[in-house]
Amino acid sequence: MPPPHAALVTEPINVNVLMLRVSDDSVGAVTLFLGTVRKVNDGRAVTGIDYEAYGAMAERELLAIANEAVQAIPGLRLAVEHRVGTLNIGEVSVAIAAAHAHRAQALDASRRVIEAIKKRVPIWKREHYAEGDWNWVDPTTSAASNTVASPELTAPVAS
Amino acid sequence: MTPPATGTINVLLFASYADAFGARQVNAPIAAPCRVSELVEALRTLPGGGRLPAKPLVAINRSWSAHDAAIAPGDEVAVIPPVAGG
Repeated sequence: MPPPHAALVTEPINVNVLMLRVSDDSVGAVTLFLGTVRKVNDGRAVTGIDYEAYGAMAERELLAIANEAVQAIPGLRLAVEHRVGTLNIGEVSVAIAAAHAHRAQALDASRRVIEAIKKRVPIWKREHYAEGDWNWVDPTTSAASNTVASPELTAPVAS
Repeated sequence: MTPPATGTINVLLFASYADAFGARQVNAPIAAPCRVSELVEALRTLPGGGRLPAKPLVAINRSWSAHDAAIAPGDEVAVIPPVAGG
């Protein structure tokens, strides 16, 4: 099995290339998860998002998450990229391609990886609003946070 | 690496914490070795430091660290706002 691909990128994510990375004639299921910039958050009109990262640590955490998924799901082929910089509405901020012989494992990998990214990877987003102001998003206080319970995931150390 | 001669710890800051301190990195008035909790106390004495929570997330050498973890001279230390990737 090839090692997983994990990268922080500054250019638009090419999802076709990501899918090709996990393609193989041994797989019977391929999932592609895309996180995209939406135009409303917490009831406010959003015009764009700046993504900032602690680059060296973010890449390390992304790769750790990918490696953990491959170890937990034997036979998984995985490629994940997260974009940083200024993104417009509708653009892809994160993409996860997962392939496996069977659909359950591919779907599980997709969910596992995105939930871990949201908990562990040091990336932040600054939302710009239609009124001209901006705000750093804090999922620990956001009313619109859609965090789901995933007890198997390793969260940052509660210091 | 050698520790700063001034007896401070250089701390990387990001996003809302960089805004709070008005800088991407600051020198915390404390010498290594020390605990993460002691570093945070020292940071909170700096202008803007009052905006840090009592127990912010901290990474040492690019790994998540507990509040009682030890910081050694030369460690790369970052104080990290709530993450919001995806």
